[in-house]
Amino acid sequence: MASFGRYIRVVLGAWAFLLIVLMSMPSSAQQVNPTASSVKEQQLLQELNRIQGRVSIPDQRSGVLEQPAGRDWREFRNVTLRWIGGIAIIGMLAVLVIFYLSRGMVRLESGRSGRSIVRFTPFERFVHWMTATCFIILAVSGLNITFGRPLLLPLIGFEAFSEWSQWAKYAHNYLSFPFTIGVVLIFLIWIAGNIPNKLDIDWLKRGGGMIGHDHPPAYRFNAGQKAIYWIVVVGGGAVAVTGYQLMFPFYLSGIEGMQIAQIVHSVVSVLFVAAMLAHIYIGTIGMEGAFEAMGSGTVDVNWAKEHHSLWLEEQNARTGPNEARSQPAATPAE
Amino acid sequence: MARMKFLCDADRCIECNACVTACKNEHEVPWGINRRRVVTINDGKPGERSISMACMHCTDAPCAAVCPVNCFYTTADSVVLHSKDLCIGCGYCFYACPFGAPQYPKVGNFGSRGKMDKCTYCAGGPEADGSKEEYEKYGANRLAEGKLPLCAEMCSTKSLLAGDGEIIAQIYKERVTKRGYGSGAWGWKTAYRETIES
Repeated sequence: MASFGRYIRVVLGAWAFLLIVLMSMPSSAQQVNPTASSVKEQQLLQELNRIQGRVSIPDQRSGVLEQPAGRDWREFRNVTLRWIGGIAIIGMLAVLVIFYLSRGMVRLESGRSGRSIVRFTPFERFVHWMTATCFIILAVSGLNITFGRPLLLPLIGFEAFSEWSQWAKYAHNYLSFPFTIGVVLIFLIWIAGNIPNKLDIDWLKRGGGMIGHDHPPAYRFNAGQKAIYWIVVVGGGAVAVTGYQLMFPFYLSGIEGMQIAQIVHSVVSVLFVAAMLAHIYIGTIGMEGAFEAMGSGTVDVNWAKEHHSLWLEEQNARTGPNEARSQPAATPAE
Repeated sequence: MARMKFLCDADRCIECNACVTACKNEHEVPWGINRRRVVTINDGKPGERSISMACMHCTDAPCAAVCPVNCFYTTADSVVLHSKDLCIGCGYCFYACPFGAPQYPKVGNFGSRGKMDKCTYCAGGPEADGSKEEYEKYGANRLAEGKLPLCAEMCSTKSLLAGDGEIIAQIYKERVTKRGYGSGAWGWKTAYRETIES
């Protein structure tokens, strides 16, 4: 602090000296040039990349005269984002197709035991599907804003595309609320099982059982599921905050803040969509016996043994293995 | 065809706001929306300047480039217009515009944006010239009547100029030569990628 104070004193002293020197100089300019001291556009733009002044109309926000930063944002929105989104989403789809063709569905190696164990309560499943439904609609309506004009508009024409986009915008705005509530609830109900620990490193080293036929031990959530959890919580949180910033213009920031919000919102969103494609894959055709966890809420005990051995032990220790409900193998839960 | 532009001679603007009022009246612009405004830089300090600003009808307009539904079009006079029937009120043109021209009437819940509204260079919209529908959505179409935008036409100090870019640039150049000074054509470099050498 002492050095800062000294610095201030030196600067003030220098300015005072400069002022005295300037005042003592003889005034040579006799003719009045009104623009000599006037504000210059290019100079103002170089200082701030934005020109702001005062307006006498009630809308004070219109005091921003010029903000050429919109040009950079335009480049992002029309070029950069389409590349990021295209590579992320098409790349992920390609990876999944290649993976499915080479690895196929991860089978239950020990077959079905016919006995099932509760994996997700009805409330947990409700939260999951509420968030998932909102996410899919938000994703489609959001991708429409970025990719609709080059891809869909030429196919269906201006009127139909505008009509659809208008409804998509309403859906995007309104479904953001249940989606945000869903993300908050997901954060709260599953935080306990999703704290990373040493087991995750071992799980990741052994490829999570996706490559080969290894079954690394895991508690309720393995490292892959924890990754999805944190993507949903952090990514969902980021899109929610930036989304509301765009939805409530000027409450949180001016135009420059909204440009940044849109950049964060869209980049996180396309990566989020790519991640969720992988999540949907593994939860459906990627792994035998996985969908029923979120479908009926119960999984086959053999599935639990193979994929979440430590969780199964925990559950058995708590309730006793005999309490696991017995179900005829002929009617597998979906 | 002419390449229509606006030019505000900041050394003549006296911040009377008549252009703002004339615009609102001519087009019956909804409450809370100002298609044109006067911004004063360095207000109350030496070198203060006021600039009347609206949509500059840019060359290669950013609003048109970023519109997700492609509702913008450029007329033969290089005026940038849009269709309120196609506009979905997403706000993207407003993020891209360097001049803060697009505005949205508040409709319904929270900050929900209605159909975008902006300066039309007194040239209406896609509807038939001078029709009732056109007037209700976009305001008067003076250009179709052979008149220039009202804001510039009634500017008492002739600070705000509207018309063919080359002609108004010539008028401005002559002014600068005669009086010996000029602070430049504000916004031209951003809007038209060119400036007036003086």
